[in-house]
Amino acid sequence: MPAVQETVERVKTLDVDQYKYGFETHIEVDKAPKGLSEDIVRFISQKKGEPEWMTEWRLEAYRRWVTMREPTWARVSYPKIDYQDLYYYAAPKKNPAPKSLDEVDPEILKTYEKLGIPLREQEILAGVEGGSRVAVDAVFDSVSVATTFKEELRKAGVIFCSISEAIREHAELVRKYLGSVVPVSDNFFATLNSAVFTDGSFVYVPEGVRCPMELSTYFRINERKTGQFERTLIIADKGSYVSYLEGCTAPQRDENQLHAAVVELIALDDAEIKYSTVQNWYPGDAQGKGGVYNFVTKRGDCRGANSKISWTQVETGSAITWKYPSCILRGDNSRGEFYSIAISNGYQQVDSGTKMLHLGKNTTSRIISKGIAAGRSENTYRGLVSAHRKATGARNFTNCDSLLIGDKCGAHTVPYIESKNASAVFEHEATTSKISDDQMFYCLQRGLDEEEAVALIVNGFVKDVLQQLPMEFAVEAQKLISISLEGSVG
Amino acid sequence: MLQINNLVVEIDGKRILNGLDLSVKAGEVAAIMGPNGSGKSTLSYVIAGKEDYEVLDGEIVLDGQNLLEMDPHERAAHGVFLAFQYPLEIPGVATMTFLKSVMNAQRKARGEEELTTPDFMRRVKKAAERLHIDQEMLKRALNVGFSGGEKKRMEILQMALLEPRFCILDETDSGLDIDALRVVAEGVNALRDPKRAFLVITHYQRLLNHIVPDSVHVMANGRIVRSGGKELALELEASGYAEYKEEAA
Repeated sequence: MPAVQETVERVKTLDVDQYKYGFETHIEVDKAPKGLSEDIVRFISQKKGEPEWMTEWRLEAYRRWVTMREPTWARVSYPKIDYQDLYYYAAPKKNPAPKSLDEVDPEILKTYEKLGIPLREQEILAGVEGGSRVAVDAVFDSVSVATTFKEELRKAGVIFCSISEAIREHAELVRKYLGSVVPVSDNFFATLNSAVFTDGSFVYVPEGVRCPMELSTYFRINERKTGQFERTLIIADKGSYVSYLEGCTAPQRDENQLHAAVVELIALDDAEIKYSTVQNWYPGDAQGKGGVYNFVTKRGDCRGANSKISWTQVETGSAITWKYPSCILRGDNSRGEFYSIAISNGYQQVDSGTKMLHLGKNTTSRIISKGIAAGRSENTYRGLVSAHRKATGARNFTNCDSLLIGDKCGAHTVPYIESKNASAVFEHEATTSKISDDQMFYCLQRGLDEEEAVALIVNGFVKDVLQQLPMEFAVEAQKLISISLEGSVG
Repeated sequence: MLQINNLVVEIDGKRILNGLDLSVKAGEVAAIMGPNGSGKSTLSYVIAGKEDYEVLDGEIVLDGQNLLEMDPHERAAHGVFLAFQYPLEIPGVATMTFLKSVMNAQRKARGEEELTTPDFMRRVKKAAERLHIDQEMLKRALNVGFSGGEKKRMEILQMALLEPRFCILDETDSGLDIDALRVVAEGVNALRDPKRAFLVITHYQRLLNHIVPDSVHVMANGRIVRSGGKELALELEASGYAEYKEEAA
């Protein structure tokens, strides 16, 4: 233990970490013992006061999981994870569902303030007529601690709550849709999540309702060695619209943290879901030590005709990113979109992309991916576009651009295209470029320092994707891009 | 204003500048002429601080400060501006965004307030009109898809907005037709000021009909071999650089 402490201290004094949000909150935690077994799964389910069907659902997932193998096809390498050496449940103590922010642990509120998310201010702002409003279902470790604007959303008929609450209060919706896009047996990490997920968000937008505000969740990982298993389920009923924002930061630490989230989106006839992510988890230190392992399964189902699902992501954090937000274009005339900025620096490894599965008639999809590799990082785009036999008139446009900063990093593009329908039209464009010395010198000569110059050039490179983000998020993302590229030159 | 003493520069072990001396006074327009390969562009890059050039000896002093001790962006904030022979493209960065970033970066470095948006817009509008740069061009990504003439005008626009004290024009006439050359020259002439000096690097005399220099220096073999008034440029136009090349050989 002292040795570990010493390492932490030494790493801190090196002062090379660019991670600005590396701090830890000291609050007591109620946690399950280390390791995973049927008992632990039951413990989690019981802790959350879940009904019997949910417990069974989890146990079924667990039994499948023990027969599965961790996938190895991605272009990432990391030491073997000992799944029995992790905690699967940790909840901030003393909080039987706070009724207002005053009841929330002040330590937690402080943490959010450091991250620049003053809940209190947001509530005040909400009262301002015509002002921009963002509802925050704040997830601290594994339990939702504060949900704002619930009342207003309720008026519109929108349900926005923690998935735990949804399991208790809206069981019929959860039972109908949970696991209907990402089945329990989908993949190793999704199955693990199904067994042990501790919390996440639930959204239901009723027929014909346009959600009156952007819904936003900020995740933070806290508490040592707590695997983080979020579960998000969003349902947009016929003719409805919702925009959901997800943003993450995590405290700095010396141990790898496993994160295996599952996000399921369901859009019924004429419905639209826009899902935006800014991900900034601890990427590891300058030597590549520590950092979050992010194995995420995100999938949207355009179940109804004329439905639309749009993913936008800005990925700057994590030591390892394994993430492919996808769209199943089941409904006729449905549309899927994927806009991605993936930045890797230091020793980060990113393997990310999307799948567009065209099943219905006249379905369209669009993929714009911008990968930026700096330092000694590896950045891979992996994508699949496929047209089913019956997918008449399917269309896809894909554009994958990679930008390299320095000469010790790598960028890779692995596109798969499968068409079983002769009428499908799939277009693919890809470029790889480097920030040239001449480009840099030009910017320096005009008065920008090296970091400002790189940030400017990179922001230009990712502009097409930044434009897809809601305004407030775009500003945050732009800042994040600059922060994450610090130390990438010179 | 600018004083260069015994400047010796190598690139990849090859000597390019060989004990160059040059002095330019405030308000002066000095032309540097010379055959290809004489080191003219190297001189402009070394003043601006491009990497890859190894300065073995000498100093470059601008208003009391040795530029060789400063980073390129610090030199820019100190008032050095280089109009590039081949201006670079920055995809995705709107020209207006670029202009605002660089103007504010320099102001910040000098401890000045950032420009307010209305003030910035007013300055750009005024300077752009003089150079026949329309609003549409300012909205496009910097230099991307610009014609040769548009790129050169954009360089002069930046020069006008950044208000440098020492301007270097590196072969600004290359690739310009006579009309474009006239617009660029007018833009430069409008910036002539008793407190500002110009170093105009050119292979041909043509540009100097439009930007009339106060002094002309002939460069050969990495140093200034002859200096004179504007009539020296005409003499070179008539006789060519043959005698200087022979000297080099």
